[in-house]
Amino acid sequence: MISIFPSLLSGAVITLQLLVSSMFLGLIIGLIFAILRINKNPIINKFAYGYSYFFRGTPLLVQLYLIYYGLANIEFLRNSFFWVIIKEPYWCAIIAFSLNTGAYTSEILRSAFQTIKKGYIEAAQSLGVTKKITFYRIQLPIAIKQSLPAYGNEIILMLKGTSLASVITIMDLMGEARKVNVLTFKPFEAFITAGIIYLFITFIIHNIIKYLEKKYGFQT
Amino acid sequence: MELLSFGDTGWGDELFFATLMTIAVSIAAMAIGFIFALIFTPLKLSKNKTLNVIGNCYTTIIRGVPELLVIYLLFFGGTGAAMYAASIFGYDGYIEINAFITGALAIGIISGAYSTEVFRGAILSIDKGQFEASKVLGIKKYIQFYKIILPQMLRLSIPNLSNVWQITLKDTSLISVTGLVEIMRQSYIAAGSTRDPLFFYSVAAVLYLMLTFLSMKLINKLEIKYSKGY
Repeated sequence: MISIFPSLLSGAVITLQLLVSSMFLGLIIGLIFAILRINKNPIINKFAYGYSYFFRGTPLLVQLYLIYYGLANIEFLRNSFFWVIIKEPYWCAIIAFSLNTGAYTSEILRSAFQTIKKGYIEAAQSLGVTKKITFYRIQLPIAIKQSLPAYGNEIILMLKGTSLASVITIMDLMGEARKVNVLTFKPFEAFITAGIIYLFITFIIHNIIKYLEKKYGFQT
Repeated sequence: MELLSFGDTGWGDELFFATLMTIAVSIAAMAIGFIFALIFTPLKLSKNKTLNVIGNCYTTIIRGVPELLVIYLLFFGGTGAAMYAASIFGYDGYIEINAFITGALAIGIISGAYSTEVFRGAILSIDKGQFEASKVLGIKKYIQFYKIILPQMLRLSIPNLSNVWQITLKDTSLISVTGLVEIMRQSYIAAGSTRDPLFFYSVAAVLYLMLTFLSMKLINKLEIKYSKGY
C-alpha cells in the first residue's frame, strides 16, 4: 500500500492543477454568462440560457468526448492555430471542465444577483452612484457573498468531475489508480487509497469554504 | 442523416435501444438508491450515536469521492470478490458480473447518498407538532410513519428528487467505461467505426438533453399533482 502512494500523489498534483485552472477559467465564464443572463435583451438572455441548459443537461463525459474527439474532426480547426491546443488531452480536459463549471457558476451567480434586495440598488441610484460603481461595489460583493456555500459545492463537484480526465489518457489521480490496478491486480488497494486522497482534498476544500463563509459571508 | 437510419446501414436502431438501456439503468439505479435512502435516512436521524456515525459516513464518503471511483471499485473489485467467494466453494473459473447489475448498483449507491440527504431534509422540515399530535392521539409508530410522515415527506422531496434524478441520469454515462452498451458506449462504437465522432457525440448530447427535458416535464406534472390542496 505504501509503495503505490508516490505515484498516486503525483496523480493528485495533476488533479489539483486541472481543478484550479478549470475553476479559475470557469469563474470568469460563469461571471460573464451570469451578467448576460440578467441582461434585458431577449436574444442575449436566450443565448446565455441555452449555454447553461446544454452544459447542465448533458453529462460531462459527452462534453469531454465532443471536445477531445469531436473537434479534431473539423478540418478548419485542424489547420488553424487552435490545433496546438485541442490536440493535447490536457487542454481539452481544461476546456471541457471550464465550460461545464462555467455553466453551473453562471446559474449560482445569477440567482445570487436576482435575490439582491431592490432597495440597495434604488438607494444607490437615489444617492447618485453611477451604474458601474453600483455593480462593482454593491451588486458584485453581495452576490459573491451569497453564492459562497453553493460555490463550495460546485468546487467539490468539479473535483469529482476531474476524475473523468483519466478516460482521455491523462494520468491524474484516477488515472494513476487505474494504472496501479492494472499492474498489481489489487483493485481495492488502488481505488480505496485514491478514494482516501479524494476525500482528503474534499475535506480541505470544505474547510476553506467554511472559513471564508465565516469571515465574509452573511451572519445569520 | 442516413447514418441515423434504422436497419443494417444506419445507427438509428442501435442508438434507440441504447437510449432505452440508459433509461432502464437510470430507473434501476434510482430504485436501488431509494432502498439505500430508506435504510440510511433513519440512521442519520437516529439519536443513537453509532448509528448516526454510520449514516453520516455513507453520505459523506459517497458524496466526497468521484463517481468513477465507485464504478471501478465495484466493477474490478466486484469480480475479484465474486471469484474469491466462488473459490471457497471450489469453483476456480472466471466469473464476470453482469455490467448492467454492477452499473445500476454503483450508480444506485451514489444516488442513494443524495436521496438520503433529500429525505432527511424533508423529514426535518415537517412540523414537530405533527409528531407530537400523533403521539398524543396514541397512533402507533409505524402507522405514524406510513400515514402521516411518509406522504408529506414524499411531497416535500419531489423538487429535490428531480435534481437527484438528473444527476443519476447523467451519471449513467459513466457506466460506459465498463462496457455496458448505453447511449455513451453506443456513440463511442459508432464514432469509432464511422470515424465521425463529432456527429455521434452531438447525437448523444441531444439524446441526453431530450431525456432531461422530458423527465423535467413529467416531474413538474407530478409535483402539481401531489401539491394539490396546498
